[in-house]
Amino acid sequence: MKWLTLLMFLPLVGAAVVSVLPKANEKAAKQAALVTTIAVLLVTVAMTLNFERENVGLQFVEKYAWIPSFGINFAVGLDAIALVLILMSTILAPIVVLAGWNEAHGGRWSVKTFYILILVLETMMIGVFAATDLFLFYVIFEAMLIPVYFLIGGFGTGERAAAAVKFLIYSLVGGLLMLASIIALFVMSGDQFGHTFDINELSQLQMSSTTQNLLFLGFFIAFAIKAPVWPFHTWLPDAAASASPGTSVLLLGVLDKVGTFGMIRYCLTLFPEASKTFTPLILILAVISILYGAFLAIGQKDIKRLIAYTSISHFGFITLGIFAMTTQGHSGAVLYMFNHAFSTAALFLVAGWMISRRGSSTISDFGGLQRVTPVLAWSFFFAGLSSLALPGLSSFVSEFLVLVGTFTRYPVHAIIATFGIVLAALYILIPVQKALHGPTTPGNENLKDLNLREKIAIAPVAAIIVFLGFYPSPLLKIINPATTNIIAQLGFTDPAPSIEDK
Amino acid sequence: MSISTSLVYLIGLPFAGAAILLLGGRRTDKWGHLLATALSASSFAVGVYHLFQMVNRPVEMRPTSQKLFEWISVGSFNVDAGLLLDQLSICFVLLITGVGTLIHIYSIAYMSEDRDRRRFFAYLNLFIAAMLLLVLGDSYLSLYVGWEGVGLASYLLIGFWNQKPAYATASKKAFVMNRVGDMGLSLAIMIAFATMGTVSFAGVAEQVDNTSEAALTAMGIMLLVAAAGKSAQFPLQAWLGDAMAGPTPVSALIHAATMVTAGVYLITRSNFVFDAAPTAQLLVVIVGAITLIFGALIGTAKDDIKKALAASTMSQIGYMILATGLGPIGYAFAIMHLITHGFFKAGMFLGAGSVMHGMNDEVNMRKYGALRHFMPITFITFGIGYLAILGVPPFAGFYSKDMIIESAFNSGGMQAIFLGSLTLIGAAITAFYMTRVMILTFAGTKRWDEGVEPHESPWLMWFPMAVLAVGSVTSGYLLYHDKALYKWLSPLFEDHGEHEELLKPIVVSALALTMVAIGVSIAVYKYMRENIETVAPENVSWLTKFVRKDLMQDQFNEKFFMRPGQLLTKALVTTEDVVVDGSVRGVARMAIGSGSGLRGLQNGFVRSYAALILVGALTLIAAIWVVVS
Repeated sequence: MKWLTLLMFLPLVGAAVVSVLPKANEKAAKQAALVTTIAVLLVTVAMTLNFERENVGLQFVEKYAWIPSFGINFAVGLDAIALVLILMSTILAPIVVLAGWNEAHGGRWSVKTFYILILVLETMMIGVFAATDLFLFYVIFEAMLIPVYFLIGGFGTGERAAAAVKFLIYSLVGGLLMLASIIALFVMSGDQFGHTFDINELSQLQMSSTTQNLLFLGFFIAFAIKAPVWPFHTWLPDAAASASPGTSVLLLGVLDKVGTFGMIRYCLTLFPEASKTFTPLILILAVISILYGAFLAIGQKDIKRLIAYTSISHFGFITLGIFAMTTQGHSGAVLYMFNHAFSTAALFLVAGWMISRRGSSTISDFGGLQRVTPVLAWSFFFAGLSSLALPGLSSFVSEFLVLVGTFTRYPVHAIIATFGIVLAALYILIPVQKALHGPTTPGNENLKDLNLREKIAIAPVAAIIVFLGFYPSPLLKIINPATTNIIAQLGFTDPAPSIEDK
Repeated sequence: MSISTSLVYLIGLPFAGAAILLLGGRRTDKWGHLLATALSASSFAVGVYHLFQMVNRPVEMRPTSQKLFEWISVGSFNVDAGLLLDQLSICFVLLITGVGTLIHIYSIAYMSEDRDRRRFFAYLNLFIAAMLLLVLGDSYLSLYVGWEGVGLASYLLIGFWNQKPAYATASKKAFVMNRVGDMGLSLAIMIAFATMGTVSFAGVAEQVDNTSEAALTAMGIMLLVAAAGKSAQFPLQAWLGDAMAGPTPVSALIHAATMVTAGVYLITRSNFVFDAAPTAQLLVVIVGAITLIFGALIGTAKDDIKKALAASTMSQIGYMILATGLGPIGYAFAIMHLITHGFFKAGMFLGAGSVMHGMNDEVNMRKYGALRHFMPITFITFGIGYLAILGVPPFAGFYSKDMIIESAFNSGGMQAIFLGSLTLIGAAITAFYMTRVMILTFAGTKRWDEGVEPHESPWLMWFPMAVLAVGSVTSGYLLYHDKALYKWLSPLFEDHGEHEELLKPIVVSALALTMVAIGVSIAVYKYMRENIETVAPENVSWLTKFVRKDLMQDQFNEKFFMRPGQLLTKALVTTEDVVVDGSVRGVARMAIGSGSGLRGLQNGFVRSYAALILVGALTLIAAIWVVVS
């Protein structure tokens, strides 16, 4: 069965259906989008059940000639990491549609357009993780900008146009650097064994270390902007603050993961030697991201910007885990990518509901919500606990794996990164206190609590967060063989327990 | 080691209660408190059942374990969700569920007027479950889940009335300072894995002999940091006084009898680490010694009855921590004092709650006085707690505190005399401030605000107080008699037998009682008079002022951590806006070619964007074409 084609095709069908619906019938567009995304999720779940856990090669491989004269193929396939990220994306999609039922109203374009963009984006989200042809990956990587750009610029709030442009420029700069590296790889493949964009073949290329370092940087900077890693991060708070909550969830939850996914899939596989050369530098950037993002989050007055900065801190952990080069760090990082999507989704969606009720995203405009809207307040608090990685919730497992995996090889980095857990308590509990506790302040007395639709949207997110906190094994069992394989391919073995450390 | 399948119910019952009450919402208002109390009591029953099972097994078969499922497994990092009930954890299980159930009962009446009583009981059940997980987890990582779980419950309960901003701040302060401790626990676990390849208690105990002292010292210090955070020990003690913002039953259960003693549990549980790391062990002693004096001093100047008791708790836990730092000679006595303290301090806190209940929630002892005539039961039960904490024979504290003083004197070397003297001085100060509390509250003349009509509390409240009072009388002797607790726990510790005896027990007791008498006399002399001011006098020595400000603990933290932290945050936010983001904007402007480039781009944004994409695509295609042809 051609799982991946089916998966990528389904959202497009949904988009086509939405596009022929009458413009006035907004409800039909929403329903069609919801049905489509749920169908995609079901197919993904079925595909996951067919995944062979112990097989570390690519699975569900499909390959069609696209531009044969250039050696370009429409080639897709999954390893465990890509599978997990696609699963994550397709779970988020229906939740975002349901949670943001009304967020397309008041946009520059029709409600219909909003859902077409979302569905097209879903196809690309699947494609970008599934692509095994570098050209195809690049095209989707760049093309993804288009729907996101329109979603921010057309359906966002505040300085949405400026934020959309900033997002675009950053991404394009990164994209161009990567493009240069891709071209160079393509050229070299022609010299060595015939032109190709197949990543398996490209990983066999012989390169001088200078070449490898330069090409590595082209990829890494593109991914560091996407992820985002300090100091390439400044587009994110603006974009997240201006985008609608649902768009922010997809942006931070899925699109940014393309950056960290790319580091594993492309940087480590194509340039193993350069990866090792740059590891010390990248680890420092990761630790800086963790602390810098956390401090900036503490200092924010706007709830959406605050959440964006917490994500910068979290992406620092993911990057740290990837480049610690241990199985715990690596599996932790991949699990972190999955878990972060849900804790950030919870934060953004609940914050979105708060903002739409109050008409403001300034934290100090809220106050005493716990006594006015208890369910809303609890949802926000719960999302916050997930973000600060409370043991028993999913994010704790991944964060601890990253830390322990880093500690065995780089104890100093791990110790500094651990300060992040104190800062996390601050950046969550400060807004919790300001918005939820204290006396109910004027303007908040008559806010409405969550309605049934919103409860249904947040419930699965909460359930995933709790379930994976206590029982992460189902995901870890999928992830572990792949990460173990990557670490071994790079020539690393986990440090044996030794008394030398620290 | 034997296998059980019923350990999970200990935790599962109260956890189910919390889940039902929280998810059920207002629908469960009518019966929520009853369900929560029943579940806590059932958990106690399961604990008692296990105690009897355990007593009837041969010593080496007494510890019981239950593996639930594989929790986290990556490479060589394998942690099961597993429970372990041994001689040490059963003590805690019975204390937590026993005192916990009494406090549930008390709260039914104490919180009856509160619109959110159900939520209160949900949090109480959540606390019981998390605390049981803390003492039943069979690895440091499982313990960690309970460790932060009780931190969460504590946060929720301190801030139960968080509509008052000061209370919300108190809860946040507690959580954040606890997180500093948690960081220590995190690092201790990482050190254990990196050096020993395991994070289970059994695994670490096994590997200790193959591990360098440096690594064990590092781990021990990190465990001490964790213990200091949770148990309000120096230098992480500043949150406990503010934590009195929580409803009084919470102060009794969490911030006196159980949660704050988790640090003592952690160090005792890690005895194999500390016994092999003398430097870390010495630090434990130092922290305990500082805190026992620190807390006692704060207690002397508090007019708020709950804060006086909180300072006392800090000091008493200082005794326990000090005892654990003495090594095998002290573990059993630390636990013994922990249990007796659980009885008498919880009892006194409930007594304080009962007084507040009768005095319109007044907490200022300067506005009490003469209450023994109006609340006789509260007076008697509180008085028993008072005699117990002083260490008057035959009350519980006499046995447990004397054993710690004795161990300090017998711990060997020069430090023994120093430590022993400190514990004696602590005893004197304790006697002083507790007598002050007794006199201000129950003796003297009425200094009540107008309209206050004190009355004895209902039986639902005094019944738990009475039970705890019985414990405050008997528990010391029962645990001490025939070295019962010592023998019960000794299979867990490597006590190498005989210790030199610097002072005979009878001498220690005599010294301790003398010190207590001195403390009591000073307090009687100072406070047994007619004209106690209802407002604390201002014309006092600098020393009194210093002590009233909690020895400047908040000012210190503010000056050296909070302010610099806030400055750093502010500086980073400014840097981000001006420098990092500014330079990006600058580059963008240059790239586009004019100062108004960004604005131009925004206006005609569709075209510009298309052009940019096009440039990218064209470059790619052109390049490929060049290469291929």
